[in-house]
Amino acid sequence: MSEQAPLHEVRPTTQRDIPERFIPVPIVEKGHTFASVTDQISSIVLKKKTPIGWWIGFGITFALVQVLMVTLARVVFGGIGNFGINHPVGWGFDIINFVWWIGIGHAGTLISAILLLLRQDWRTSINRFAEAMTLFAVASAGLYPLFHTGRPWYAFWLFPYPNTMGLWPQFRSPLMWDVFAVSTYATVSFLFWYVGLIPDLATLRDRARSRIGQTIYGMGALGWRGSAKHWSRYEHAYLLLAGLSTPLVLSVHTIVSFDFAVSVIPGWHSTFFPPYFVAGAVFAGFAMVLTLSIPIRKIFKLQDFITMKHLENMGKVMLATGLIVFYAYIMEAFFAWYSGNVYERYMILNRQHGPYKHMYMMLIICNGLAPQMMWVKRFRTSATMLFITAMFVNVGMWLERFVIIPTSLSRDYLPSSWGTYHGSPWDWSMFVGSIGLFLCLLFLFLRLLPMISIFEMRTMLPEADVHEAEA
Amino acid sequence: MKPRTGLYGVLAEFPDPQSLLDAAERTTTAGYTNVDAYSPFPIHGLAEAIGFHRSGLSQLVLGGGVIGGLGGFFMCWYANVVSYPLNSGGKPLNSWPAFIPIAFECAVLLASFAAVLGMLGLNGLPMPYHPVFNVPRFDQASRDRFFLSIQVRDPKFDHDAVRGFLMGLNATEVTDVDW
Repeated sequence: MSEQAPLHEVRPTTQRDIPERFIPVPIVEKGHTFASVTDQISSIVLKKKTPIGWWIGFGITFALVQVLMVTLARVVFGGIGNFGINHPVGWGFDIINFVWWIGIGHAGTLISAILLLLRQDWRTSINRFAEAMTLFAVASAGLYPLFHTGRPWYAFWLFPYPNTMGLWPQFRSPLMWDVFAVSTYATVSFLFWYVGLIPDLATLRDRARSRIGQTIYGMGALGWRGSAKHWSRYEHAYLLLAGLSTPLVLSVHTIVSFDFAVSVIPGWHSTFFPPYFVAGAVFAGFAMVLTLSIPIRKIFKLQDFITMKHLENMGKVMLATGLIVFYAYIMEAFFAWYSGNVYERYMILNRQHGPYKHMYMMLIICNGLAPQMMWVKRFRTSATMLFITAMFVNVGMWLERFVIIPTSLSRDYLPSSWGTYHGSPWDWSMFVGSIGLFLCLLFLFLRLLPMISIFEMRTMLPEADVHEAEA
Repeated sequence: MKPRTGLYGVLAEFPDPQSLLDAAERTTTAGYTNVDAYSPFPIHGLAEAIGFHRSGLSQLVLGGGVIGGLGGFFMCWYANVVSYPLNSGGKPLNSWPAFIPIAFECAVLLASFAAVLGMLGLNGLPMPYHPVFNVPRFDQASRDRFFLSIQVRDPKFDHDAVRGFLMGLNATEVTDVDW
C-alpha cells in the first residue's frame, strides 16, 4: 500500500449501511473555503453600514447602563442603606448577583480551555464570543462586591501594599481569596482572549479599507505575519494557557463557594459546596451561551458556522450539569436530615415551607425539571426549545443563589435575630443595569471584533488537512 | 542606526497548505537554513519542516508558576506571620492551608503572563515593520494564501539560483523582497 487514507476517511467495512445517526455532522457546513470563511466573518466587522437592529439593541442596553450609573451614584452618595440589606441579611442581592455573574462567565473558559484539552472541535465556532461573554460577565460581577464594600474608593486596601498604617490584609479570610481569585480570573481570561484574537486582528488589518481601521487593528495585531515559527510558539502558548485556565476556572468558583462554606451559617457550612458550585456555574454559563448564540446566529446569518450540532451539544452539557445540580439539591436535604443537627434540619424545612418557599419551588421547577426536556432529541435540536430551557436555567440559577443566601441568613441560630429580606428598588435597578452593561459591551464586541475565531475556523475545513512526507 | 537597504530575500507564493508544506520540506532538504513560511493558520509539521524544533516556552511557564506560587505564599506568610501577626480564632499564626488559595492564584497568574509575554517575546513581537509586508500580495497571507521566503543571509543564497529553485517548487509567483 503506497499511501494510507487519513483516519477520518476510513469507514468500517464490516457494516455496509451505517445508520445516519452515527455519521458525524460537519462543524462547518459544506462549500466553504479559506477565503469564504474569512470574508463572511470579517465582513460583519468591516462593512460600513451598521444594521438597524444593532443600533436598537445597543440603544436599549446603553440606556440600561445609564440606569446602572444612576444607581451607583445613588449608592456612592447615599450609602448602601439604599439596598435592601440590613441585619440579619447583610449580603442580599450584591452577593446573589455576584455569584450569578461569575458562574455565567465560567462557561466561556470551559469552552475555550477545557473543551480544547478534550479535543472537542465544535468549540471553535463559539469559543471567541463565549470568552468575550466571560470578560463582560466578570466585569458585571466585579461591580457588586466593589460597591457592596460601601466605600469603593478604598477598594485598594484589599491589595497588599506597604502603607503608612503598617497594616496588611488578613490573608486567612475568604474575602481576600475572592479578591485574588476573581482578579486573576479576569486577567487570565483577558490574556487568553487577546492571544486568540492576535491572528484575526492581523486579518482585519489586512482587509480593513479605512485608515483608522488599519491603524487600530494593526496595533492590536502586534505585527503578526503568520510565520511558521510564530505559529509553533503560538500554539504552544495557547495550549499552556488552556492548561492553566482549566484549574483556574475550577478554583475560582471553588473559592467563591468557600465564601459560604468557611462560615458557620446553617445551609452554608458544607464540604460539598465547591463541586456543587462549579457544576452550577457551568450549567448557568452554558444556558447563557445558548441564550446569546441562538439569536446571534440568526441575526448575523451564521447558521453555517454555529450549526444545530453546536446547539445540541450545548444542550447536552446543560442536561449533564443540570443533573449534577439537581443531585446537589437532593443531597443538601439528605445531609440536613442525616446530620441530626437541629439547625440544619430547620434550614431545609424553612427553605421548603418558610417565607421563601415559592422561591424554592420555582428553583426546583427551573433547574430540576425544565432541563429534563433535553433528554428528548427533538427538543435538543429545536432552537426555540433550547432557548426556552436556557431561559428557565438563567432564572433558576439566580433563584438558587437567592435560596442559599437570604433564606439562611434570615433564619440563623438565634430566633431573636431573625428577620426578612427583600431587594429594594435600587437592588433591582442595579441588577437590570448590570444586565445592560453586559449586553452593551457584547453589542460593541459583535460590531468591532470578529465574534468567531477566523483562523481556527480555517483549520476546520477539509482543505486544511496536510500529509507530511514520509521521513 | 542606518536603515538597512537592499534585498531581504525571495518570497514564493503557494495556493494551498499541502504545496507549502512540500515546498518547505524540499527547501530544507536542499540545504537552505534561513527559511520562513507564512500561512493564515497553523499547519502541523510546517515549523519542523523549516528546521524549527523547540520553542523554549515550557521552561518559562514553569518558572513563572514556581515563582508565582512561592511568591504568593511568601506574601501571605510575611504579612500575617512576621510583619503583622494577628491571632484569628486561636489558629496558629502560620496557618498555611489558608494561604494556599492565594498562592495557587498567584502561580496561575504568573505562569499565564510568562506564557503570553514569553510567546510574544520569543517571537520578537510586537514588530510593526517587517520586509515581507512590502510585497503587495502578502496581505493575502492572513486570508487564503501561503508563502515561503529564503533570506539573503542564508549562506547558500544566490539570487538567480534561489529564484529558479522556488519556481521549480510549483510556486504560483516568486517576488524579490526589499528591506
